[in-house]
This record gives sequence, structure tokens and C-alpha cells, in this order.
Amino acid sequence: MNSTGPSQTSSAAIRRKAPLSVGNRDRILGIASPLALLLAWEIAVRVGLLDARFFPAPSVIFQTLLRLAQSGELGANTWASLQRLAWGSLIGIVPALGLGIAMGLSRAIRAIVDPLVAATYPVPKSAILPLILLLFGLGEASKIAMVAIGVFYPVLINAAAGVREIAPIYLDVGRNFRASPWQVFRTIALPGALPLVMTGIKLGVGMGLILIAIAEMVGAKSGLGFMIWNAWEILSVETMYVGLLVIALLGFLFTFALNELEHWIIPWKADR
Amino acid sequence: MGAALHKDAPGQIATKIAIRKLSKRFATRHQTITAIDDLSLDIAAGEFFVIVGPSGCGKTTLLRILAGLDTPSEGEISVTRSDEVKPGNSMVFQGESIFPWMTVFENAAYGLRLRRCPDAEIREIVGHFLDRTGMTRFARAYPHQLSGGMKQRVSIARAFANDPEILLMDEPFSALDEQNRTLLQDELLRIWDETRKTVVFITHSVDEAVSLGDRILVMTAQPGRAKALLGVPFARPRHVLELRADPRYGELVHSIWAQLRDEVQQARTLNERALLA
Repeated sequence: MNSTGPSQTSSAAIRRKAPLSVGNRDRILGIASPLALLLAWEIAVRVGLLDARFFPAPSVIFQTLLRLAQSGELGANTWASLQRLAWGSLIGIVPALGLGIAMGLSRAIRAIVDPLVAATYPVPKSAILPLILLLFGLGEASKIAMVAIGVFYPVLINAAAGVREIAPIYLDVGRNFRASPWQVFRTIALPGALPLVMTGIKLGVGMGLILIAIAEMVGAKSGLGFMIWNAWEILSVETMYVGLLVIALLGFLFTFALNELEHWIIPWKADR
Repeated sequence: MGAALHKDAPGQIATKIAIRKLSKRFATRHQTITAIDDLSLDIAAGEFFVIVGPSGCGKTTLLRILAGLDTPSEGEISVTRSDEVKPGNSMVFQGESIFPWMTVFENAAYGLRLRRCPDAEIREIVGHFLDRTGMTRFARAYPHQLSGGMKQRVSIARAFANDPEILLMDEPFSALDEQNRTLLQDELLRIWDETRKTVVFITHSVDEAVSLGDRILVMTAQPGRAKALLGVPFARPRHVLELRADPRYGELVHSIWAQLRDEVQQARTLNERALLA
């Protein structure tokens, strides 16, 4: 199933058969490139190219990470952020998916929702944090709301675009086979829009990760954002880096997991 | 029946589709285009009816009206139902119309699934038509793994499996190469022989019309009118290649071409005029 493009096929025929499939090669490269960056960083600190007070070596950060992990502090903060991220994503994705697909299917709904999206989407999500704090208080709800808002827009916009990209002939087939509106949604609109919906979810989760870190820096007593902010206040630079590292790692893992999920739930896509 | 042409429908057989004074007009910004003008037609139950005409003669519009995807401006169509439970019609579309997100089996089962048929029945019916179209081995494949001919086979299996009152086919083989087209025409005839459903088949290929049809309606270019109604004298079951060796085949193709030539020329003039306007 690892299809190569037409331009590659001809050269592949001349070359000897590659030992790695293109997909596996891409996966290995994807893991190798961040490792190479870390190695370069370590060397730069050891030879004195980087100031260890501001840029502690990855090995030192890693030791701090182990210490924080053993004390349970890191786990508790990561778990707190993950929970908020999960609930926020769920609360953001579900209505965005429903409304987005409805927008794609119905001209009238599109006409109503489009201007609202156009007016509210450009507002930086971080700028509405004070409003969210005002509305939802300092507790969990405000963090979850921030993530939900961040996830909502990319999923909405991509779901609507995904439905509109479905070739009209498929909707004709649905009508010809007398599919009910719900059946059109389930058998045509949803699966047809799924590739773009997944793109929206990936963008949304990335946005959610940014927003959770920001939200936790203001008025939170747990979470990775809190940990980073707190580390700055007590000048524990290594802890700060551990927080950044874990957030980066989460982002990396989410992308990886969502890509795998995409292959699994969209098995009809030709390119893998 | 000895003569090459006969004009009347097989009289004693019940009418399945009655089209009365049907017209369809489209309004564009500058003008009103009459796609179909005052068309009246009876199609018999169990008849393989072919409509041939130049592009833009409104034949696809007629089929879309029959399919319920479009509404007529004037006139009416009635389809005699033999069974109230059966779906009214199923269409085999011209382009790629099988869902990329469903396997071959799921695609062929689409109509039955929408009607919530029991699983065992779906497996039996769909299995039968996948077998008849030679797609059983690919039941679990996705469309992107299939060739164009295989995709149209699935589309045909989907329409037959739905067991409709009438089958509508909108140039289903026009995107295929010559060899595949001949192959699929033969396969379609074999499947159709088992069920003998009423078929309305649209094509721009005169060869295809003569190979498949019981009767052929030649349509004029804008406005789309009935120009000639011709009977096809060949016995069934037919084999497309053997048919082409028959001298009557050449005669029939020739006479249809004679009818069509003016229409194609006129359609071209109209197109050119529209481009220049």
C-alpha cells in the first residue's frame, strides 16, 4: 500500500529495491530529527557555546526530569494538564463537528454561521482569557473552556470545508437511494469530510496545548503551565525546561498518535 | 420482425414508464434553454430502452427527472409499481459514484443497508451480484485499489442489489476504454437477462445502443425532442461481439447515424454560437 508517486516509480525501477518502505523511512526520520537536535544542544553546552545558566544541558534537564518524576510532582502536573486537554478537546470537537457538517450541507446554516465565525475567529484566543476567567472562575472550568474554544474553530472550519469538498455525485447517490437526512450525514457527509476533519483536530489539539499552558500560568495550582510559571518565579531554570520538554513531548506524541489514528479510521485514503 | 426497423412498442406488454408532454427549461442569465421539449413516451415493463443523442440534447436531464433528482417544468412521468416496498429506481451514474470510504461490499450493500435489510439477506443478495459482476474477490477492497471498469461493476452491482422497479443508467461505460466497455456491456446483458428489469440506458454511442437495447430513441439537440424511435431486431440472449458480425447490425448503426448526423452538426453549431455569444 506504500504507493510512490509516478515520478518516483520510474527511478525506483532503475535503483535496486530499497530495504525500507517509504512509510517506515519517514517514521524513523521523524524520530531521529529531534534526537539530533538534543545531541547538538548537549555538545554546544559542554564545549561552552551555550550558557548553562540559561540553557542547561539536556542531560541535566533529564536528571531534573527524573527527580520530578520520582517525587510525583511531574506526573501530577502532567495528568492535570492532560485531563483539561482531554475534556476541552471533547467539548470543543463534538459541537464543532456537528455544526461544521451542518454548515457544509446547508446553505442557510452556512449563511447564518459564516459571519459569526469570520468575526470571532481572528480574536486571539489568549486575549479572551480574562473574559473566560471572569465567566468560569479560577477553577477547572476556565481551563477546559480555553482548550474547547481553541479546538472548536479549526474543527468547525475544516469540517465545513470537508463536506463542501465532497463531490456532488455522492450526494446525488444518497438522494437516489432515498437516504434520510441522518443517513446522508452518517454515510456520506461524515466519512467524506473525515480527512479534513482530522486535519482540523490536529490543528485544534495543537492550539489546545498552547492555550492550556497559557491558562495554567494564570491562577492555577497545577498543570504544566503552572509548573513552568512557578519555576520562573523561584528561578528553577531546569524545572522550567522540564515543563517545556514535557509539553513539547506531548505535542509530538499527539501528532504521532493522531497520524496513526488517521490511518486507522481513514483506511480508504490511497497515500499512507 | 424481419425488417430492420419497427416503430411500435411491443403492444401487448404493460407500460412501465409513461412520459407525457414532458418539458424542462433552464433559465440562465441571458436566455432560457429548453433541454427537453414536449416529450411523450411509453416504456414497456421489462424493456431495455436506450436513448441516444448528441451531448447537450437533454438525455441526462431526462434521466435525472426519472431518478427524482430533478423536476420537470411541465408534463408528468408515471412509473407503474409492481411492489410498494421496492425502491422506485436506482441509477448507475456516469462518473465515479461509488463511495471511496466504503469497501466494495459496503458499496454494493448501500441501498439494502439504508432500508435496514437483515444482515443475512444483505450477504446473500450482495454476494450474488458481486459474483455476477466478478467482484467477489475484491469485496473487502476500497475503490482506490480498483480500476475504472471494476468501479463501474460495483456501481452496477449496487443498483441491481437494491432491486428497484426500474434501472437508470447514465452513460455508465463512457469513461472506459474500448475493450473494457465491450466486456462490461456483455456482463450487463448477462445480469440483466436474469432479472429482466425495465432499464432506461443513456449513451452517445450508437454501437452501444444497438448492442444493448430493445428499442432506441434518437433525440434531437436543443431543444431535446424525440427524433426517431427504432426497434432492435436481435434475439436475446445476445453476445456483443457476435452481434457486430451480423449484417443487420451495420444497417441499423448506419440508419441511426443518418438520423444523428444532422443533430450532432446542429449541436456543434449551437455550442459554437454559445461560445461566441
